[in-house]
Amino acid sequence: MLSQAELIDPQARTLTVRIKRYNPEVDEKPHWEEYKVEADGHDRVLDVIQKVKWEQDDTLSLRRSCAHGVCGSDAMRINGSNGLACKILVKNLRSDTLTLEPILGLPVLKDLIVDMKPFFDHYKSVMPFLVNDEQPPTAERLQSPAERARFDESTKCILCACCTTACPPFWGDRKYVGPAAIVNAHRFIFDSRDRGAAERLEILNDAEGVWRCRTVFNCTSACPRDIKVTQTISEVKRLLMTGNIDLDTAPSVVIGN
Amino acid sequence: MTARSTGRRIRPSGGYELFMWYFMRLSGLALVFLAVGHLFIMHILNNVETINYAFVASRWTAPRTGWIWRLWDASLISLAVIHGFNGLRQVLYEYLSAGGRIVAGTVTWALTAVFIGAGGYSILMFQPDEGFIKEHPLKIERTTEISSASAPPASQPISVAR
Repeated sequence: MLSQAELIDPQARTLTVRIKRYNPEVDEKPHWEEYKVEADGHDRVLDVIQKVKWEQDDTLSLRRSCAHGVCGSDAMRINGSNGLACKILVKNLRSDTLTLEPILGLPVLKDLIVDMKPFFDHYKSVMPFLVNDEQPPTAERLQSPAERARFDESTKCILCACCTTACPPFWGDRKYVGPAAIVNAHRFIFDSRDRGAAERLEILNDAEGVWRCRTVFNCTSACPRDIKVTQTISEVKRLLMTGNIDLDTAPSVVIGN
Repeated sequence: MTARSTGRRIRPSGGYELFMWYFMRLSGLALVFLAVGHLFIMHILNNVETINYAFVASRWTAPRTGWIWRLWDASLISLAVIHGFNGLRQVLYEYLSAGGRIVAGTVTWALTAVFIGAGGYSILMFQPDEGFIKEHPLKIERTTEISSASAPPASQPISVAR
């Protein structure tokens, strides 16, 4: 709980906001621009950017939609690490300089907006949907709480691309499916109702699949949903080796809580 | 509620990249013991200043334990070279297209073979040069026999630890 004093005096600061700007119609290559913004400690980085756009330079382009950490459209590189601009508070910034760049590894369209198509192509390549050709039951396909908990971690993904574009192997090799696609494959591979595991694993056993992962852990620290991304990738690797899909071992989830 | 133990089995996958990934884990684990053990013997149990040709020769040709040291050193060089060059290959793969990857894979494996060939030949085929050992004798009486690793001979000055 915030005290009354904190609410009244919320650590206001003057931020120097450095934004990597790029307008494909004018610029040959991206350049930096600086803005001064008076920010409240409880402002989000997104509020700071919108102050720039609304009060100083309306040519600044960015993606945002829900602004509450659910839609995942305002992923960007904030002071060198990936995150959602709507989830980071000004009071949590270490310095008074706020550096903003588009996420790395995807083609920049304008300013902070990148082309997400390569990212979603990788996502689609792992069949991120339920595969089950068995006769459906008259009611739902039932699942125990333990079975549901098994893949709970990977259901949290909002496809913001923070993990994939924080991944050094992905920066070098754009054909690598990337952490986000593996998380979403994990979500169905470990679902007791799904029968497409073998097909997905064949895709992920490719040289551009899970084996490009070098456990850098950038994905895990970048994830705004706190998904243990590196762990899900490792679970897929282990499964590839053993062939054993354990459907109710969810070490990190307490059931019935 | 009691959770029913469930699970499905599918055919374990195989393949080059999977095998090399597993190899990296196992060799990494083995190298921790081999490399740290090697450093411990060479730098803590023995003073580096006493390590010379005769020292190595006495280890490798010791009647009972010689084969252990040769096996140790051969494993150390083989695992380290494969582990290192496979790591290099993985990094190179990130920056290369399909054609470049074939070149990188071939070159790293060729270098792996050359280094293991040269190192393995030296270690396993080693025959001591008695004349050279006479000119440059052991600086300590016994080397790696831990049972005799008590106080060094009085004539042997103990150098300052660094």
